[in-house]
Amino acid sequence: MDREVLLEIRGLRIEGRSGEEWTEIVKGIDLTLHKGEVLGLIGESGAGKSTVGLAAMGFARDGCRISGGSIVFDGIDLRTISEKQKRDLRGARIAYVAQSAAASFNPAHKLIDQYCEAPVVHHVMGREEAERDAIDLYRRMQLPDPESIGFRYPHQVSGGQLQRAMTAMAMSCRPDLIIFDEPTTALDVTTQIEVLAAIRDIVRQFDTAAIYITHDLAVVAQAADRIKVLLRGDEVEEAETRQMLDAPREDYTKSLWAVRTFARAEQPPASGTPIVSVRNVTAAYGTVNVLEDVSFDIHAGRTVAVVGESGSGKSTTARVITGLLPPKSGEVLFEGNALPAALRRRTREQLRQVQMIYQMADTALNPKLTLRELIGRPAQMYLGLKGRVLEERVKELLNLIELDPATYIDRLPGELSGGQKQRIGIARALAAEPKLIICDEVTSALDQIVQEGILKLLNRLQEEFGLAYMFITHDLATVRAIADEVVVMQQGRVVEQGTKAEMFAPPHEPYTELLLSSVPEMDPDWLTRLLERRGAA
Amino acid sequence: MSFAVSVIIGLAGLFALAAALRAAARAGLSGRARSIANDIPLTAAFGLLVIAIYAAVAIAAPALAPFAEREIVGNQFEAWSAEHLLGTDRIGRDMLSRLIYGARNTVGIAFATTALAFVVGSILGLWAALTGGWLDQVLSRIVDAFMSIPALIFSLLLLTIFGTSVLTLILVIAAVDATRVFRLARAVAQGIVVMDYIEAAKLRGEGAWFLIRREILPNALAPLVAEFGLRFCFVFLTISSLSFLGLGIKPPTADWGSMVRDNATLITFGDITPLLPAGCIALLTVAVNFVVDWQLYRASGLKE
Repeated sequence: MDREVLLEIRGLRIEGRSGEEWTEIVKGIDLTLHKGEVLGLIGESGAGKSTVGLAAMGFARDGCRISGGSIVFDGIDLRTISEKQKRDLRGARIAYVAQSAAASFNPAHKLIDQYCEAPVVHHVMGREEAERDAIDLYRRMQLPDPESIGFRYPHQVSGGQLQRAMTAMAMSCRPDLIIFDEPTTALDVTTQIEVLAAIRDIVRQFDTAAIYITHDLAVVAQAADRIKVLLRGDEVEEAETRQMLDAPREDYTKSLWAVRTFARAEQPPASGTPIVSVRNVTAAYGTVNVLEDVSFDIHAGRTVAVVGESGSGKSTTARVITGLLPPKSGEVLFEGNALPAALRRRTREQLRQVQMIYQMADTALNPKLTLRELIGRPAQMYLGLKGRVLEERVKELLNLIELDPATYIDRLPGELSGGQKQRIGIARALAAEPKLIICDEVTSALDQIVQEGILKLLNRLQEEFGLAYMFITHDLATVRAIADEVVVMQQGRVVEQGTKAEMFAPPHEPYTELLLSSVPEMDPDWLTRLLERRGAA
Repeated sequence: MSFAVSVIIGLAGLFALAAALRAAARAGLSGRARSIANDIPLTAAFGLLVIAIYAAVAIAAPALAPFAEREIVGNQFEAWSAEHLLGTDRIGRDMLSRLIYGARNTVGIAFATTALAFVVGSILGLWAALTGGWLDQVLSRIVDAFMSIPALIFSLLLLTIFGTSVLTLILVIAAVDATRVFRLARAVAQGIVVMDYIEAAKLRGEGAWFLIRREILPNALAPLVAEFGLRFCFVFLTISSLSFLGLGIKPPTADWGSMVRDNATLITFGDITPLLPAGCIALLTVAVNFVVDWQLYRASGLKE
């Protein structure tokens, strides 16, 4: 590419503070971005992607400092100019789109007011002009009701729409550079496509340069011209997107590509009394039915994946099975016997048999309890273990989840990484020695390499203890890896169910088809082709 | 002048002692205590030292005081001398001895009151937040009703009804203060009970008492401890003002609040003796708040 250079970063070093000490978290990164070019930054968590992204704006997070190198944006050295000069650049010439639009919008102001702020402050246009411009951009971002959507508050629009509104807002001053920090990671597959397509189009329309940060290779392949792979603050390699996908040079990059190769062995059809059987369950929050006539079985040693986008009733089904939400009609059978609908009517033994692992290990583990207490409590409570026996059991469980007991037993959850925390969630569920574990999006907050580790661990435990899993997810790649049977849900109903082989082979229900086709593939032309196909249909 | 200098030297000495003790703790301790000693700021070390001294004085009052609490040992308003280091009061009791006993009474009562208010207020507050529904409504509305009456007037009213023994004093102020603690504990706990780990514990079949004690309280503790420090100072002031109004600690029991009132006339003669009990209150208030600030800092998540 022989276009003009817009951003040039040379030998960037960033240090982060832990206690009194400074440790280097970005170790000399070089980055060149031409005008109108999209660069994908990928790597697992802790790779320094976001830190580099922010540094491109001359910004370092609290507790971080830029300790070396140069950042030159369009001839301006961002490391030497004053804060005031940086503020003039930010928003006007460099914009930032964060992962969670819901957390980045101010909930107290209407979307359009927040849109107009930057152009007015930077004297790019007046208020009225900015409003007209906002409506135009909302239309280009394919938001519904572009005329009126800006006059709503952030909580009144959906997550995918909010992310598009955020992107429109970043565009408001027609910046030369936008930094997208995991803009679609929090969205489910069907929404992700819409946002991804909208971002790609708008960046092309205005010929804006962009840095696209993500851990999802298939996503970045759709949007980026070039891809740079980072690992623990170092660059692994950089290449044109196609070349990178076809022929990655480094072993680490190859391992990133190979992550999704794990798949559980085919299981023979299950027979006998199911561990849990959900029978014609209808449930409601208030007067609104969120589940309608849901039925499926879970057999011992099998994994049932419950798939659907947000709001489809996946997690509500889990709440009915665990007793948190008594159903309006229908029942849940455990080994052929009806379970009491309400949690408080269930016996301790019934509670022990069904355990749960949560999506966000951060909120699912009490931050003030040590691992010994967290994992020990179910064993103590259900199985009456005490003293040395309990300690031995906790150590055994830590070994099972591949954490060294001597190092970890007295740590707090805050001292662990995301993947380790999720392992603790698994150990806590195992401590009760249950027959069924409900896994609620357990891997969706983790990056791919860590995800694979968790899935392999769950699979090994299943084989070892004959556990049944109910695996709630919106990620079909995960389903492909671990499921035996699949239940597809949409708006509170089961639209299709069957074995994995049946599910992934045509013919599909229309909704299943939509879900399946929305999973990004490692092919830079995938999105274009998909949109063409959908446009034609 | 010399008095002011000696106060400054005294405070500086306390700071130096606190610094020395902190250094000793860093060298001598290990494990968790060591890490606390490592990040404790000097102000908090000073605060802890002052609190420790007050506690020691309160506990060892009979051994430390040169005279008995209620004994008339001289003429009224004697000046500072070798025999009566801080002179005597309005009816000839030794000022220093009464100051020392005052630590026991005032601080002891304030501590008992605050502790009681916190035990009752936070347990009810956490319980209300955890259970929700009608229990939360009933408890919260009762508390609202109590809080709508100005605290001092309400305490005066209750003390007039129930009489003014030390026990009723403690119970009345604790009841009034527990409403504030309830509010805080409930507000803090409401943010905690929605977390997945509470749901996980409920699914495990844990009872309300376990949830409050092991799951919610450890996470609500930092703001509650901080509030404890502030409340403690307010209780102090309440007792002092009640004593000043004649409804607090009854004479001849030594109490810093009433000691200020009783000897206030001396101020007109340029004697600072009556201000000493006030100074004792001020020093403890500052000390407690130093510790509170430190706790707030730790709780804010900047340090973990």
